[in-house]
Amino acid sequence: MITQLQAALGAGHVLTSAEDLAVYAYDGTAALKQRPRAVVFPGTAAEVAAVVKLAREHRVPLVARGSGTGLSGGSVPVPGAVVVCLNRLDRVYELDARNLTLLVGAGVLTQTVFDTAEAANLFYPPDPGSMRISTIGGNVAENSGGLRGLKYGVTRDYVMGLEVVLADGSLCWLGSKCVKDVAGYNLRDLFIGSEGTLGLITQVLLKLLPKPAARQTLLATFADMEAAADTVSAIIAARIIPCTLEFLDRKTLQCVEAFAHVGLPLDAEAVLLIETDGHPAAVADEMAQIERLCTAQRATSVQRAATAAEAARLATARRSAFSALARLRPTTILEDATVPRSQLARMVRFVGELAAKHRLEIATFGHFGDGNLHPTFLTDERNPEEMHRVEAALQELFAFALSLGGTITGEHGVGLAKKAFLKQQLGDDSYALLKTIKRSLDPEGLLNPGKILD
Amino acid sequence: MSRRSRAGGSRQLRTSLTKPTLQSLDYSVLQQCMHCGMCLPTCPTYAKTGRERHSPRGRIALMRAVADGELPLSRTFADEMNYCLGCLACTSACPAGVDYATLFETARAAAEAEKVLATPRRSFIRWLTMRFLFTRPRVLRAVGRLLWAYQASGAQAAVRRFRLTRLLPRRLRELEPLTPAIRRHFSPQLIAPVERSAAGFARHRVLVLTGCMQDLMFSEINRATVDVLLANGCEVHTPPVQDCCGSLHAHNGDQATARLLARRQLDAINVDDFDAIISNAGGCGSHLRHYDHLLADDPAYAARAAAWSRKLRDIHQWLVEIGFRPPTSGPASAHGRITYHESCHLCHGQKVSQPPREILRALPGLELAECAESSWCCGSAGIYNLTQPETAGWLLDRKLRNLRATGATTVATANPGCHLQIENGLRATGAGEVAVVHPIVLLAEAYRRERPVPPRADSPRPA
Repeated sequence: MITQLQAALGAGHVLTSAEDLAVYAYDGTAALKQRPRAVVFPGTAAEVAAVVKLAREHRVPLVARGSGTGLSGGSVPVPGAVVVCLNRLDRVYELDARNLTLLVGAGVLTQTVFDTAEAANLFYPPDPGSMRISTIGGNVAENSGGLRGLKYGVTRDYVMGLEVVLADGSLCWLGSKCVKDVAGYNLRDLFIGSEGTLGLITQVLLKLLPKPAARQTLLATFADMEAAADTVSAIIAARIIPCTLEFLDRKTLQCVEAFAHVGLPLDAEAVLLIETDGHPAAVADEMAQIERLCTAQRATSVQRAATAAEAARLATARRSAFSALARLRPTTILEDATVPRSQLARMVRFVGELAAKHRLEIATFGHFGDGNLHPTFLTDERNPEEMHRVEAALQELFAFALSLGGTITGEHGVGLAKKAFLKQQLGDDSYALLKTIKRSLDPEGLLNPGKILD
Repeated sequence: MSRRSRAGGSRQLRTSLTKPTLQSLDYSVLQQCMHCGMCLPTCPTYAKTGRERHSPRGRIALMRAVADGELPLSRTFADEMNYCLGCLACTSACPAGVDYATLFETARAAAEAEKVLATPRRSFIRWLTMRFLFTRPRVLRAVGRLLWAYQASGAQAAVRRFRLTRLLPRRLRELEPLTPAIRRHFSPQLIAPVERSAAGFARHRVLVLTGCMQDLMFSEINRATVDVLLANGCEVHTPPVQDCCGSLHAHNGDQATARLLARRQLDAINVDDFDAIISNAGGCGSHLRHYDHLLADDPAYAARAAAWSRKLRDIHQWLVEIGFRPPTSGPASAHGRITYHESCHLCHGQKVSQPPREILRALPGLELAECAESSWCCGSAGIYNLTQPETAGWLLDRKLRNLRATGATTVATANPGCHLQIENGLRATGAGEVAVVHPIVLLAEAYRRERPVPPRADSPRPA
């Protein structure tokens, strides 16, 4: 099969050496590693289709990959798989300013999508923490979220169309530039968040928004978690939807500051990073209200970012939280159990109890505004005893989140990491429906097998 | 292995008896990488190829596989470690604080120890340069003097005009145009061993490191360094004979010689006598600053090395720290728009980014325009432009494009390797009228222009 792949793509775009395979054995998820059989780099959608057809012929599983920064093991190879790396599909095809759309190859970096829009005075809101390196194709396959999810939604909300290669090698275009289009089943949305198990996405048509005229960022510190959680509730109760409403606990704060040196207060128990954007008058008004609410909820300090550059530095610092925590322990297991916003405070308290009960170190940060917390287990993968305790704690975490009407994953996907809990969340019938769809689109089970479901 | 003892230290050239390996590294250094991928967008070789192997994350994964015994230390591994620029841009981007410099140096040393790339020719060149020339400063100067004679006599021009370089092997023929212009005067002819300003009283006592290559190619930068220190209340000590700092060796897999050279420096210089040890070359400074790591396991030197590292300062960093006096005149040779290219080892290795800009901004008559990707490596990366010319050339093109886009007539940079690389590149692309200059040279010029040079005590030059 390797020879055929080399013939189809060019020998330089097929990797088989031990050194090359070793570096495609992981993605961004902790403690998961599996060497693939080969790694291929198709340069066009036609080449992707050719690879899929070859895989089908030889019954070899395929695992799609962008930059390999996913957090649920979606791009970690399965044994004997060929990794299909789509980062060569990196053309920006068309920015249509009249229709507010942007057509790009799946391998284009999300940062490039953002920058291309910005250069035309437009705005692509979803901003996952990895956006400087993750690809839009990967974002679509995982339905990535980001800091702006509270006000602007997630990747799904911005995908108007996509081109996808199916398990039989056929190439489909789903969706259109039309704002309203209900022709046929809503198949486009089926592939968003499908984590490479239903098809390989090769092109994406994105919706853009006008760039907000103004933006302001504020940093509020609190002496206890409860006060921060109450502030969030108060802001929403005042019918203000900020662009971002991010939270960092003390452990996270200290690690982020050690890396980013942006002047975060090291003694606060909890910090809220709040951003509003929109019309300048609205921004000014909302900011003033938010300041008042923070103070009313016993914030120990409230400070606005003086310049856009400072605000950007704070946001970058927040995005590095997950990696910065590695300064404390080498293995960071990042979870994203999400609950409805009203249950946030309970969830945060539970995480604290869990840490004490299982004698674990857990740092928490995340998107307070939309209930998407990132409790991060700080451990060492080389310590099997501690890893067992982490497993036990995770079970309880998910069970509790589900009991509050939440979900096991807000934005990182199920992948390998959360497979075991999916049935619990969906219930038997819904889970069976998932399997029906998978069987129908990939009867031979060659597309990222073993991810999401068995 | 030389048995000669060195003046001032009487130490034997002690090569390490333990082979450097990745297995012997503290595992936590390897494990610190949690493969988040934040380093990928900053890595020049990843930007060029899009292949994980050519990224810091990938290289660390390979090192870990070798340390774990999953992969042998192969030719491919050694080649990959040589493909890495060592620019340390990844360390600036890494939120987890991975010590890539140590990983990289250990990996290269391990590859050399395994001799996977050894050929007689390569081994000879390594011996001739790293073990012979660059451990003998007087010999190096003599070679420099010969090269100067070859250039000053017109012989080099004749060789080039009559294309006699055709007689050279292809590799040397390609490299010949990059030969730096050797200066007529080296540092000891320009700088007295001790210099004090005419004002008499000095607030600080510092020692200036003149470097080995910089001493030959850019001795005026060393003179300028002394001038600006004198103008800012420092008594300046400049030993006339100085050893190579060893960064060439540490970055190219010869840790034993790097340690030897570090020990020599510590033997020759009594750190406690000085408030600061000044480096004006980004690449060297980065290595010099980490003598404490280099000699941490040597009980006879560990304390001195730690003291050295505490006092090591880049010249710009020191000037800002002591509060340098902004000049009232601008430099004679540069006006209008200037841009700043950051030596990767100065901004990523030493984390000195703002001070050179502060100095440039303090110069009247100059407008500092930021260059896009100013902290991207120019391709020089030590001797990378010699070992990996294709990728070095790709990076140089990218850097020249970014520099051109600023519209600046002068490019400031604080590292001799970058200086040469950019100068050669500008000339080769027909932009030779754009000058490349060290920020400290501009500052010294500005001070000189303010008022006539006062007679200095102990100066070898006529007043």
